[in-house]
Amino acid sequence: MATPEVIRETSFDLAVDTVRSLNQALHSDASGGRVLVLHPGGRHAVAVGLDAPYEVEIEGHVGYYCAGMNKLATVRVHGNCGVGVAENMMSGVVVVEGSASQSAGASARGGLLVIHGDASARCGISLKGADIVVRGSIGHMGAFMGQKGCLVVCGDAGESLGDSLYEARLYVRGSVAGLGADCIEKEMRSEHLAHLASLLTAAGFDDVDPGEFRRYGSARRLYNFHVDNLGSY
Amino acid sequence: MTGPSIANGWHPGLRESATFDRGVIAEIQRAAREGMYDIRGFGAKRPMPHFDDLLFLGASVSRYPLEGYRERCATDVVIGTRFAREPVRLDIPITIAGMSFGALSGQAKEALGRGATAVGTSTTTGDGGMTPEEREHSRVLVYQLLPSRYGMNPDDLRRADAIEIVVGQGAKPGGGGMLLGHKISDRVAEMRDLPVGIDQRSACRHPDWTGPDDLEIKIEELREITDWRIPIYVKVGASRTYYDVALAVKAGADAIVLDGMQGGTAATQDVFIEHVGIPILAAIPQAVESLVELGMHREVQLIVSGGIRSGADVAKALALGADAVSIGTAALIALGDNAPEHDAAYRSIGSAAGYYDDYQAGLDPAGISTQEPELAARLDPVEGGRRLANYLRTMTLEAQTLARACGKSHLLNLEPEDLVALTIEAAAMARVPLAGTSWIPGLVASP
Amino acid sequence: MCGIAGLYTKSATLREQLGTLLADMLEQLSDRGPDSAGVAFYRDPVPAGSCKVSLHSPAPAPDWEALHVELSTHFGDASPPSIRATHAVFVIAAEADDAQAWLTERHPELTLMSAGRTIEIYKEAGLPTRFVERFALGEITGSHALGHTRMATESRVTTEHSHPFSTGLDLCLVHNGSLSNHNRLRRSLQREGIRFRTDCDSEVAAGYLTWRLREGASLEQALEGCLSDLDGFYTFAVGTADGFAVLRDPIACKPAVMAETDEWVAMASEYRAIAVLPGAEDAVTWEPAPGHVYSWGTASLVA
Repeated sequence: MATPEVIRETSFDLAVDTVRSLNQALHSDASGGRVLVLHPGGRHAVAVGLDAPYEVEIEGHVGYYCAGMNKLATVRVHGNCGVGVAENMMSGVVVVEGSASQSAGASARGGLLVIHGDASARCGISLKGADIVVRGSIGHMGAFMGQKGCLVVCGDAGESLGDSLYEARLYVRGSVAGLGADCIEKEMRSEHLAHLASLLTAAGFDDVDPGEFRRYGSARRLYNFHVDNLGSY
Repeated sequence: MTGPSIANGWHPGLRESATFDRGVIAEIQRAAREGMYDIRGFGAKRPMPHFDDLLFLGASVSRYPLEGYRERCATDVVIGTRFAREPVRLDIPITIAGMSFGALSGQAKEALGRGATAVGTSTTTGDGGMTPEEREHSRVLVYQLLPSRYGMNPDDLRRADAIEIVVGQGAKPGGGGMLLGHKISDRVAEMRDLPVGIDQRSACRHPDWTGPDDLEIKIEELREITDWRIPIYVKVGASRTYYDVALAVKAGADAIVLDGMQGGTAATQDVFIEHVGIPILAAIPQAVESLVELGMHREVQLIVSGGIRSGADVAKALALGADAVSIGTAALIALGDNAPEHDAAYRSIGSAAGYYDDYQAGLDPAGISTQEPELAARLDPVEGGRRLANYLRTMTLEAQTLARACGKSHLLNLEPEDLVALTIEAAAMARVPLAGTSWIPGLVASP
Repeated sequence: MCGIAGLYTKSATLREQLGTLLADMLEQLSDRGPDSAGVAFYRDPVPAGSCKVSLHSPAPAPDWEALHVELSTHFGDASPPSIRATHAVFVIAAEADDAQAWLTERHPELTLMSAGRTIEIYKEAGLPTRFVERFALGEITGSHALGHTRMATESRVTTEHSHPFSTGLDLCLVHNGSLSNHNRLRRSLQREGIRFRTDCDSEVAAGYLTWRLREGASLEQALEGCLSDLDGFYTFAVGTADGFAVLRDPIACKPAVMAETDEWVAMASEYRAIAVLPGAEDAVTWEPAPGHVYSWGTASLVA
């Protein structure tokens, strides 16, 4: 008879425990584990620098840089998050059930960031390969200087979407208040629809129809310095 | 300005304008042809008050020197004692400044690592991330966090011996990195997640924080990721230094890296290099004043750069209150940059030995600031490392010579009162008296 | 660079706790603003024809009682001083302008921190946690309050450099960010008769609002004027007699979080300052959009 799997779960109460003790515990076991975090109270740097397949459930709102530089772990915030959630993430999954503040997924290089609520300004700024899916709307300067990866917005996008974009791909379902320098709408072909569908599924948003989205990308006119583009610099 | 500027002899009957000299004329006409600002490498080339305008007061009757070979003058320094569990320990107070793989060839980065390691000091990554070769060859490696975040990853963060958050650099305080298309090779493009051959335009602000209040939170995040193990430096270009240093301290920095306007770059607009930022001579006393006021002098270490060339510059920077210096341009020159043996090659690309600053073009015949494999192969990293180590040892010996002459058994015991100035500007900027007087313009009235 | 907090109460219970809650918010903002702290409480409105002034004295043992006697003599009636640390609040049977003019002439050694019918500004250099203790914030009640913790950027750390800055009767400003055209603007405002006590950029923003209001703009118009006339990075919170207003510059790099429950509306630079408020876990939270004037209160922003 097989022995029943023991699910080890540790919990930290940040009203009592320090963020440092939580992070050190999350850096200690290469095999990962399940960790519950209570009363985050808007604290910063919660669950940062993870490098193992932990599953972290955070009950409440967090401050800046939650799940910063995440690798391999799954981090779920049952609340809102502050500036820079999942910044420079390498792999793994970060889910925010509430809304995210500025610079969500900044310079993220891999993995998936899902935001159920809204994201603020500069969502996906400097994106370097990760995928970000936002159920709600995003603020201005979305995917500013985005290099690689994908930003999906089921709601609306604010001003200057995709300003100075490189090769990151943007899909927006709702309205776009304005496009940034060198960002243009592009044709949505079947491979894009398939790509978008897979991201929506990965985010758990199967009720959202990929056919309602428009695709945006770089016009690639600013890739090399040229005097004719002076107005865009 | 590219190309050699030929210093002619006297022309009877002709008078050159000081405002519109031949250099300015050439630049205006270049702008009229090309419609784009001039981009070049190297640091500010214009003359300005610098360490040459300061002199040491050697021992005499009132002070006694130390013997040159019998009596010890120690050179070690520890950086990052404020918060880090493992501060950086250096055998000499001269480090290698941040320069990217991309700006420099892989061979050059390896040579810098070898040379620094041979004498027990550190190198620093640049605006492109950490290469495995550099980590392997540098015993002590400082990892930069720049606005671009090219190549940034937590594994390299954990492998680093210190982190340097770059707010700015002396060549362009307020500017971001730049690397032109011909240097964005396959490898560079891959490291930076950019398309091959584009002109890279880096951001000038960090993507996830702006301002010292939010920098404090960013520093906290980096400490948490690295388990509070390694020091975190903050690098600024010399500008409003007094405030910048106070704010970096309040934000939680373990060390400040202060780069004067003479600091080099691989590529930036000439106007930025020459017209923004202040000389390192004027910045160091501001930084020290700020640290002293906060009770943090020698607690938060100060590393200065921008035109450090010899052990005299090292000793003077330390005397003014720095804990260490950093070299960039000088290190490349030690590797062979602008060497006379490359003169014919420089002339074939519109420059000349002693004038070459076209790092942005990536055609460096010395193999240092290029990505072209045949050119880069001309630099032997082992030989380059040896040359750099020699140069670093020479500077250390020179600094020790001057320090012993001032009666110091440790380089860090040099103090501002060991110095006088040759010019009024240098006296005012460095806040040391004009030689032969007690006059410090703006601070101490002449008797 | 700094921390900002604002709290507007909707119930009597909360009014009793205003000081305690604001103190808790300031402590959470202490890391981002260790140099000095300041608050503006709106409480105990005085009748028309009277005014309330908050005064600061640099003297180690100021003789507030002597001042009370002078004020009573000159104006006919003045309350005994309500003293908190280095500040004293007086209610004077006079219009604010008259009281201000008299104080400027007769007691130039004192700094008038605030004037109006309900506002009380207290501010001091030193750690925010120390400020909270010295000024016994926990005792203070009121309808709404603004708080500020300062990390000085380019000007000195002194009492006078601290925020909030008074911008008119019952009006004040707190600022997180750094302006870039404040020097030229200060000179042109000085030519318009606006007086400055410090070289602080935030005082210029306050002076700009004062000037616009003096020239007949509504507070909303004056704040909108900031978008074109001020350059740099800012999150502003402005206290008014019956509420407060918030404005972020169009780039909006400096943070701002808002939250609301049935009991209160709050604003802060970081969520953790809101997390200390009762019922925060269930509050509706959002971020103010850039370049847009937000306001809360029982009246409009028309001056």
